[in-house]
Amino acid sequence: MTGLAAQPAEIRPAAPARWQDYFQLLKPRVMSLVVFTGLTGLVCADRPIHPFLGAVAILCIAVGAGASAALNMWFDADIDAKMRRTRGRPVPSGKVQGADALALGITLSLFSVGLMGMAVNWLAAFLLAFTILFYALVYTMWLKRSTPQNIVIGGLAGALPPAIGWAAAAGTAPLNAWLMVLIIFMWTPAHFWALSLYTSEDYGNAGVPMMPVVKGAKSTRQQILAYSLLFVPIAIAPAFTGLGGTAYLAVACGGGLVFLVLALRLLRSHAGEQLIDVRTDDGLYGVKADARDARNLFAFSIVYLFSLFAALLAEHALGLGAL
Amino acid sequence: MARQDLTPEEKARGGRNIALALGLIAFVLIVFVTTIVRLGANVFDRAPI
Repeated sequence: MTGLAAQPAEIRPAAPARWQDYFQLLKPRVMSLVVFTGLTGLVCADRPIHPFLGAVAILCIAVGAGASAALNMWFDADIDAKMRRTRGRPVPSGKVQGADALALGITLSLFSVGLMGMAVNWLAAFLLAFTILFYALVYTMWLKRSTPQNIVIGGLAGALPPAIGWAAAAGTAPLNAWLMVLIIFMWTPAHFWALSLYTSEDYGNAGVPMMPVVKGAKSTRQQILAYSLLFVPIAIAPAFTGLGGTAYLAVACGGGLVFLVLALRLLRSHAGEQLIDVRTDDGLYGVKADARDARNLFAFSIVYLFSLFAALLAEHALGLGAL
Repeated sequence: MARQDLTPEEKARGGRNIALALGLIAFVLIVFVTTIVRLGANVFDRAPI
């Protein structure tokens, strides 16, 4: 981990920190998915909420997610510096001091939880505080470096925004809110392990016990299929609990079938077995031939989750009934 | 128009200061409008005397 004041020898300020560098600490791309799932939870509650207070609730969820990311980047600066995917982040690249990232994370955490409590309600504030603490303390500081189940358990933090959104609108979090949480929770292992199959060299170098590094590529591909088999029925379930309607059922079944086919193709592939770096220079999606099945599942998993929540959002926003 | 005599450090600091000022102004506005919205709802919810 990075000390509060001292930086590791290889991390030196390269240039004066701009406000954009601080914004990058908030992981804006991850924040956008969190905002979308939180908004879906808020709309699916089907309770009237003043539009301004609804916007404040979503802003608090976004800022809380950004605060978690800043705390993660402060603590993980040492391993981020060793991984190709993350070494350009503001702290390991020397643009922002670790202590500044920590201060920003704590400040935004307090602002987001306090504002959520005072402007919306304290159940939503409690769930937001729990999410931030779970991500920063349980996932980042404990699980990530100690067990290959890190993203399975830690995935709870990324899964909670729909329940926060629902609680913000309704003041309660009923079973359908937790079903949305369960969908993201069960989606996470297949999504991240597919990514880690073609970034395992990075994780190995950094000493992070991701599943392919600890158990090997074949075991990871088998577990991806097992989690996919559990995930797809759960993704379809809202159509039968009064949450989703016909459109949702169609999206969940059609996408679920594609998801399972891609997981099966990944199982039969040799993805993750090469020790060389299989990525090209085209971001997260540029890979060489052997890793394409892993890349395909990773990319489709994002599309599928987005489609599921977009279908729920559209049905509830348009007032379409459940099955 | 941007001043030409500023060092990169001063330009970066200026940008950070403006971002911080905008963030604080936004926060003050959010708290103000939230107060009006919540106060207004509670006033309307009161039973007639």
